[in-house]
Amino acid sequence: MTTTTPAPTTATTTGAPPGTRLGRSARSRLTDTIVWVVLAAGAVFMIAPLVWMLSTSLKTKLEVFALPPVWIPEVPQWDTYVRMWTDSYVLDGIKNSLVVSLSVTVIGTFTCSLAAFALAKMRMPFKNAIFIGLLTGIMIPFPTIMIPQFVMFSKIGWVDTLWPLIVPAIFGNIVMIFFLRQYLSSVPDSLVEAAKIDGASYWQIFWRMIMPIIRPAVAAQFILWFMAVWNDYLAPILYLNTPEKQTLQVVIANMNVQYATQRDYPLIMAASVVAVLPILVVFLIFQRQIIESVALTGTKG
Amino acid sequence: MTSTATPATAGTRPPAPDPAPAPPRRGGTSRLHRTEKRWALLFVAAPVLGYLLFILYPTLFALYASLTRWNGLGPMQFIGLDNYVALLGDERFRQTLFNTFFYMIGIPIGLAISLALAVMMNRKIFGRAAFRAIYYVPVISSIAAIAILWQWAYNGDFGLVNQFLGLFGIDGPNWLADPVWAKPAIIMMAVWKGLGYSMLLYLAAIQSVPRSLYEAAELDGAGGWQKFRSITLPMVQPVTFFLIVTQVIGGAMIFIEIQIMTPTGGPEYSTASVVYHIWLQAFRYQQMGYATAMSVVLGLLILVITLIQFRLNRRNAGFVVD
Repeated sequence: MTTTTPAPTTATTTGAPPGTRLGRSARSRLTDTIVWVVLAAGAVFMIAPLVWMLSTSLKTKLEVFALPPVWIPEVPQWDTYVRMWTDSYVLDGIKNSLVVSLSVTVIGTFTCSLAAFALAKMRMPFKNAIFIGLLTGIMIPFPTIMIPQFVMFSKIGWVDTLWPLIVPAIFGNIVMIFFLRQYLSSVPDSLVEAAKIDGASYWQIFWRMIMPIIRPAVAAQFILWFMAVWNDYLAPILYLNTPEKQTLQVVIANMNVQYATQRDYPLIMAASVVAVLPILVVFLIFQRQIIESVALTGTKG
Repeated sequence: MTSTATPATAGTRPPAPDPAPAPPRRGGTSRLHRTEKRWALLFVAAPVLGYLLFILYPTLFALYASLTRWNGLGPMQFIGLDNYVALLGDERFRQTLFNTFFYMIGIPIGLAISLALAVMMNRKIFGRAAFRAIYYVPVISSIAAIAILWQWAYNGDFGLVNQFLGLFGIDGPNWLADPVWAKPAIIMMAVWKGLGYSMLLYLAAIQSVPRSLYEAAELDGAGGWQKFRSITLPMVQPVTFFLIVTQVIGGAMIFIEIQIMTPTGGPEYSTASVVYHIWLQAFRYQQMGYATAMSVVLGLLILVITLIQFRLNRRNAGFVVD
């Protein structure tokens, strides 16, 4: 597309280096401008649907079907959000999603860190076999085991509770164990050995020494995991039937079905805005960490 | 990186990642080792237990259940390979397999666009961080909300997509209700949602390419396209491989978009994916045994495709290095 031309100019105007530099930088400035325009046009495509979601949520039902479309509602209907708050299960959804996401990530991060420490820095029989065994778990896709898991949990009466979403996850997440173990492999063994000689217990070594070292990696994985659990949908729709017990994603999907027949698109879009917003805020705050750790997953994988 | 002989640098990086257990020097060490082992096993107990209970056991159970006729509640009736035989002649299952693979057309399209974006974003241009964030917003947004949004955007009369096409005098179809256009519609949405992620990984890979490579190529008079072909593309090859493998696995399990945007599996079942079909059979029609057989086939398919990819890539990588 935009060809960054090399510099045949250097050969012709050998006499005046400042001149060539100018010619070159002018050309690269032109390329930069073209690139900027292309990227900006792309950015509009990326963001327009989301802006439209927000704008629709503030329209009247009539404006939704206006032709040509209205981008800025004449009178923003904030009332829709009030209606959503009182008439729908969005608030229950937020509460349930928070319960699941926080308990999974807080407890799960702890179990993952402990396991990663043991697998990276401790002597243990069958260590490699255990690690490789755990890794095979990644190869089993969730749809293959969702039916047996469902039957298991229904036998102990956990259908329509949040437990099936929380319990399997707090035993640890293999991907996170993998990354934390990788991260720990760059920590010298001599540090741990020294602490042992000083008489520290393994728990103390983990809590006082390993945790502070792996904190940045843990934080990044924690955020990514939180977002994944918050956005999860397949497992929640298997288990949660009662509206008060559903997570936010299931609540909004059900609202989509229920209110589409009434053509109440502002309400549906308002609920979608609420489902996206918390994660968007988390993203904007932790943007750098998230982007760095995502980039890291690619290079490590 | 290079382990130098000076002992001073030894502290920053251990020479060997996992040294063999040191021979016991004194009588006390073996007891210490036993304590260490006990603590270590305790520390890995939770993930190992979780693996056995929630992955291994359900997998074995699935293998058995796929050989039975079973509604999930009553007794399991062993019927051998009957479910698998039935699958071979199941028109619906074949169609959902076809649909699922069809969606994967979006993978190379998405990778090409995101690589182009990454190359452009590698330039030091104004507002680069803002661009990067904007392209990433769809990635972090909940797929349920995004599917709902796009279902509305694909509305034939009032949707954003057809409004936009209307600017160019194109009369767009009623996307999700049209057996021809429903699948491309879902592909476009998936590409849009995934661009930012692939772009980010590509950008990180491009930024780690040594500048000297490009400078050397420039001295040899290589043009922009040549530099891209013979430096950038091979250097980002590992990322391409990673993205293809993960996106094929993810694509094989596509479900949420389908279930939300086309609740009935689309016109003439044209959007239904394998997981959608499994979900419907298992949780709507209580055909648990049959659905489990399908899920086992899906799992095996994913496994085989992934292994083939690793095989091919190893050959590729070897070829590049040698």
